[in-house]
Amino acid sequence: MAAVLESLLREEVSVEAAVRWIARSAQSSEDDPGEAAALSSLQPLRKEFVPFLLNFLREQSSRVLPQGPPTPAKAPGASAALSGRAGGPPRGSRGARSQLFPPTEPPSTAAEAPPARRGGRRRCPGPARERGGRGPGGPEEGVSGESVPWAGGRRLRGSGSPSSPSSPSLALSDPPNLSNLEEFPPVGSVPPGPAGTKPSRRINPTPVSEERSLSKPKTCFTSPPISCVPSSQPSALDTSPWGLGLPPGCRSLQEEREMLRKERSKLLLQSPIPTCPTPESGLPLPSRTGSLTDEPADPARVSSRQRLELVALVYSSCIAENLVPNLFLELFFVLQLLTARRMVTAKHSDHEPSPDALDSLENPLFQSIHDCVFFAVQVLEHQFQVLSHLDKGTLKLLAENERLLCFSPALQGRLRAAYEGSVSKVSLEMPPSAQAVSFQPETDNRANFSSDRAFHTFKKQRDVFYEVLREWEDRHEEPGWDFEKGLGSRIRAMMGQLSAACNHSHFVRLFQKQLLQMCQHPGGAGAAVLGEAPDVLSMLGADKLGRLRRLQERLAAPQSSGGPCPPPTFPGCQGFFRDFILSASSFQFNQHLMDSLSLKIRELNGLALPQHEPSDDGESDVDWQGERRQFAVVLLSLRLLAKFLGFVAFLPYRGPEPPPIGELQDSILALRSQVPPVLDVRALLQQGLRAHRAVLTVPWLVEFLSFADHVVPLLDYYRSIFTLLLHLHRSLVLSQENEGEMCFLNKLLLLAVLGWLFQIPTVPEDLFFLEEGQSDPFEVDTVASEHGLDGVPVVDQQLLYTCCPYIGELRKLLASWVSGSSGRSGGFVRKITPTTTTGLGAQPPQTSQGLQAQLVQAFFHNQPPSLRRTVEFVAERIGSNCVKHIKATLVADLVHQAELLLQEQLVTQGQEGGDPAQLLEILCSQLCPHGAQALTQGREFCQRKSPGAVRALLPEETPAAVLSSAESIAVGLATEKACAWLSANITALIRREVKAAVSRTLRAQGPEPAAWGEQRGCSHACEHHAPLPSHLISEIKDVLSLAVGPRDPEEGVSPEHLEQLLGQLGQTLRCRQFLCPPAEQHLAKCSVELASLLVADQIPVLGPPAQHRLERGQARRLLLMLLALWKDDFQGPVPLQLLLSPRNVGLLADTRPREWDLLLFLLRELVEKGLMGRLEIEACLGSLREAQWPGDFSEELTTLFNLFLAEPHLPETQLRVRELVQPNRGAVLAQS
Amino acid sequence: MILTKAQYDEIAQCLVSVPPTRQSLRKLKQRFPSQSQATLLSIFSQEYQKHIKRTHAKHHTSEAIESYYQRYLNGVVKNGAAPVLLELANEVDYAPSLMARLILERFLQEHEETPPSKSVINSMLRDPSQIPDGVLANQVYQCIVNDCCYGPLVDCIKHAIGHEHEVLLRDLLLEKKLSFLDEDQLRAKGYDKTPDFILQVPVVMLCPLAVEGHIIHWIESKASFGDECSHHAYLHDQFWSYWNRFGPGLVIYWYGFIQELDCNRERGILLKASFPTDIVTLCHSIV
Repeated sequence: MAAVLESLLREEVSVEAAVRWIARSAQSSEDDPGEAAALSSLQPLRKEFVPFLLNFLREQSSRVLPQGPPTPAKAPGASAALSGRAGGPPRGSRGARSQLFPPTEPPSTAAEAPPARRGGRRRCPGPARERGGRGPGGPEEGVSGESVPWAGGRRLRGSGSPSSPSSPSLALSDPPNLSNLEEFPPVGSVPPGPAGTKPSRRINPTPVSEERSLSKPKTCFTSPPISCVPSSQPSALDTSPWGLGLPPGCRSLQEEREMLRKERSKLLLQSPIPTCPTPESGLPLPSRTGSLTDEPADPARVSSRQRLELVALVYSSCIAENLVPNLFLELFFVLQLLTARRMVTAKHSDHEPSPDALDSLENPLFQSIHDCVFFAVQVLEHQFQVLSHLDKGTLKLLAENERLLCFSPALQGRLRAAYEGSVSKVSLEMPPSAQAVSFQPETDNRANFSSDRAFHTFKKQRDVFYEVLREWEDRHEEPGWDFEKGLGSRIRAMMGQLSAACNHSHFVRLFQKQLLQMCQHPGGAGAAVLGEAPDVLSMLGADKLGRLRRLQERLAAPQSSGGPCPPPTFPGCQGFFRDFILSASSFQFNQHLMDSLSLKIRELNGLALPQHEPSDDGESDVDWQGERRQFAVVLLSLRLLAKFLGFVAFLPYRGPEPPPIGELQDSILALRSQVPPVLDVRALLQQGLRAHRAVLTVPWLVEFLSFADHVVPLLDYYRSIFTLLLHLHRSLVLSQENEGEMCFLNKLLLLAVLGWLFQIPTVPEDLFFLEEGQSDPFEVDTVASEHGLDGVPVVDQQLLYTCCPYIGELRKLLASWVSGSSGRSGGFVRKITPTTTTGLGAQPPQTSQGLQAQLVQAFFHNQPPSLRRTVEFVAERIGSNCVKHIKATLVADLVHQAELLLQEQLVTQGQEGGDPAQLLEILCSQLCPHGAQALTQGREFCQRKSPGAVRALLPEETPAAVLSSAESIAVGLATEKACAWLSANITALIRREVKAAVSRTLRAQGPEPAAWGEQRGCSHACEHHAPLPSHLISEIKDVLSLAVGPRDPEEGVSPEHLEQLLGQLGQTLRCRQFLCPPAEQHLAKCSVELASLLVADQIPVLGPPAQHRLERGQARRLLLMLLALWKDDFQGPVPLQLLLSPRNVGLLADTRPREWDLLLFLLRELVEKGLMGRLEIEACLGSLREAQWPGDFSEELTTLFNLFLAEPHLPETQLRVRELVQPNRGAVLAQS
Repeated sequence: MILTKAQYDEIAQCLVSVPPTRQSLRKLKQRFPSQSQATLLSIFSQEYQKHIKRTHAKHHTSEAIESYYQRYLNGVVKNGAAPVLLELANEVDYAPSLMARLILERFLQEHEETPPSKSVINSMLRDPSQIPDGVLANQVYQCIVNDCCYGPLVDCIKHAIGHEHEVLLRDLLLEKKLSFLDEDQLRAKGYDKTPDFILQVPVVMLCPLAVEGHIIHWIESKASFGDECSHHAYLHDQFWSYWNRFGPGLVIYWYGFIQELDCNRERGILLKASFPTDIVTLCHSIV
């Protein structure tokens, strides 16, 4: 590999040719024969070039920059990895496993230069050392001069630097130490955090060797903790000319280097070194002990400019051709170089740059900060197009970067222009905190459940679910709170109740809806995009960051941040849903969830998203915003669903243990390849690519795959998916913006998500570099046809950042440079929240295939898209309303008829009415035929309603002909929809409703309600000012309790109070506003009790002790009031027979002398007012005599009985007349 | 009527071991003249119920029942007209109505062949005339009319109060022209949980001193005082269930509540002691 680089450096091969060679393997006719020859000899190494280049850059930078971009330490055992996966299937990597991961960077060399003509075919040619061209001494020495404080700092941080400890006072002012992996995790690695650690991925040097052991699968997130890495990090002390300690296994590399060295010495003199400014003549830099100021970068002091330019060009070309796995990772690396603070202080005593070996690879590429910055700026210049699409904040920071200004004022100018031209970000308001999924009778009422029990169980489950959710919201941030401990058993108990399969599907629907509702917006429900707390830096803005510097240095923990390649996580509320799934650990739940997620994914993925048709009249700026938003909502939903689908689907296969190898792996593969995928994602991907909808499909597919276990990428099925994705990735060349191509931001989104995917530890590292050369199994062409989404600018910057928050790491990096902070400050956490929440359009209704249908299509073709949407929308709604209308009118009428028929039936057949099922059949056979009217009425409805709606929704200026066509199409579609439903369902609907009515009627047949008779309301004039029933019951109760006792001597009621009470009772009974049947019932009963107490003269009256009794006249007046109430005002039955119950009559037994006249008076009045029949009273009196009484009481009772019987049976009117003439027979009785 | 926790505790403190009689209520009113009677009664009733729940079990051991029954029998033998049962209940600190039920059950067990069903007992308590023993009937009746916390009459009063306030609330909604679905309509539609009212168009209720208002989708009327115990039970059984289905809503405790309980406002459960006057509705026409 080095050889290629060398030949580039020597300009034997042009950069263009080299990149072509790398990218496409075959030589193209454009290549110079000499180049071709040079390159073809290196053919076997072709694939290894890029990883080599990336590793090379990483290593170089780590060597030169003390705090520089964390050079990936080689994970211990990385070399072993090379021999690990022996005997793997063909997919096994055969190559070097370049780690796709983080910090890779391409080395390239060679300048623009015309192809070097030396056709020398060298197998391992290569001038050895890279141009060590800088002056003697160079930065290294200079740096060493000031190494003490630095080293001290590093030592404190445990980086293992051998330098002597510094004074403690220095600790505070330590410069950033990039070799501390905790603070500066290698690019792409996950900072060690509570969530577990992920080993960094690094690109191993690529040994040149024919035989290559198969690489071992990468470690997964949980394996070697990152803390072990630093020990293997060589930092600057490494003696190897590569700057990094090579794992012991990399002997071949050493050999290669030897070869290169020899070659180089031979060729050295032949390549003239272009004027390479070597400004600083090796003077040591002034020591800046204890100072935090960054080393200034000076363009004039760049060493070997040409070599840097060459490498930058090759590197940029590789990026441009998508030969690197992750575009943004490389940008991050470049920005790290740009913002590198200081040189390493290493003493490379063993390494004397040879002044003459300018183009060799052995001399460090970056010999000073100046080199780094120069290189970075070079690359940034090439990547301007991508940069210009970054967010405004990043652009600002870039444009204000003084180094950039100093090294390339032109680039700075362009960036500033881009910044100024960038649309300012809309900050959208946060959605309200978690809302519950609303209850929808259509899907959630009893009719949707198999049994009452299932219905009520689900009712409880819904409540438990939200209870758990609320508790999680309240407590999950408390230290020491644990989801499983806090909620696990409750969740499992609830899941245990989900016995019926139908309940599982209901619950899953709730779960999924809630998931979408809470998590669709990454910023939603209080969770930041990355699940981080918003940090101080972002709140203050970059300008003030400097001030915070000192403060921040005192804060021990640098803010965590996912880095440019964070592992898949469940930020914010998503964590709840993940933990819920884990705690529930229910097989059934998971299965239903996967079914439901798959269905929803298919549905959304296939959604006919309105396509943008650029219109000349500019009418659709608003529409266009809506469509973009809709796309964003669909895309974000899909990603969320797919993430959870991937999580659940691969859950059983994931574990902390390392992936299996060897035979075990083979048997697992054999087994797993039998298992059908949970969702045929390959087919969906293929469809998506064919239909030019990759921009929709790929982002969610990536989410799905990011949860794959280690075995998945080895399965043929998924392997082919990765192959497709790799081809897609390669084809997304950003610089090609042809007509009909995929839009730039669409591409950028795909590149970002794919790049991220390729960094996931479970994705084999070699996949990226190995697959690329194979012949395309599926031609990916990025030329978006006019019908594809890909060609429509559906992705905007906001969506890009929402989907790929890690792009924001670039800004954080730049911001932390401004702040001078040494930590990787968290920086900006964007909260992007699309405003729309719902509103996924429905599928357009199917139309019949006839000529008319074609005409309709043709009609729409030349109309603005909004017209079609309007018509389809109107048709959909009117059709649906039509069905509802028929239900409310025709069906309701039929149900009413059914009730009448049923009443008749009941009357004719007696109360029982016969078997309900039979009744139902009879009714249905009579009524269902009327259902046919539904179609006619439905048609009428659609005809009546649709045109107006269309007219209201289309612009006023719509031409009349277009309008009327649109109206008639809407009528047709609505009718079609309504009639299709009605003709299929009307009979069943009528049956169902009639059945409900029958059971309702039969139930209502019970004696209670029937006895209530007709209820009257209050009169129109009523103002509802009557005393409240509850008040009256309470008052009467008090009187009763006073009467029944025990009571204090001074307690009693006044007759006026009693009268008032009865008056109020009358008012209350006449105003029905607040009266409910039970209250009236109790009032009736209490009034009867009161009457009995009056009759027995048991009411204690206030006043002098002597007359503790009601006067006879008063009592009679009160009784008459009661009688009037019973007769006129009570609407329910009054239990008057209680007046003659043994208990109430027995009250008289206690009074001395017994007075019967009031009772007789009452009985007479009852008969007279028709409140009780004589016979009824006689029966009561008869049964009274059967009770046990004291002897004298029995006698008196018999007298009363006889007296009552002696009353002549006279018509009421006559009785009344007699009463007037001959008053008060009771008094006579009493006197007798 | 919104009490602080401290105010509430002061009232509750006075209610320890007070029998649920007319007289007790009168004293309570004298003690706290500034509080509304309904609020005091509601608090008294709730405190007493809590007390009964705590002590219920000890009155239901067979030994206890036997001893009560014997005391009852002895008492009525001496004087059937004396308030034997009521005094027994007060003496052992148990609700008179519940004591009546206990003795009635025991009595029926002795006098009937089959053990009495619950509905028979309930029916006899509602209408003591059905009790075969006249003395017991009077004793039971006396207990019931003298109990202000338990018994069929009290139940009816509570039910009536609840109903009246729902009607009141409905009128207020109609007056404000807020369209709603009531419990019966919701039940007919098959809703599994039914607040008193669901607003068809949500409104915002403004609270004094608060900058932003609260969205209200549903309103629940509670004709009682909102103390901790009942509020938590309602939250669990009703309010959160409503939130789970319909979003944020309003609870009106007509007889007041403990101020500190109104802590879920931001979460979507707002407490009030009356119908709020400051309501913002959705504007239909954008002018």
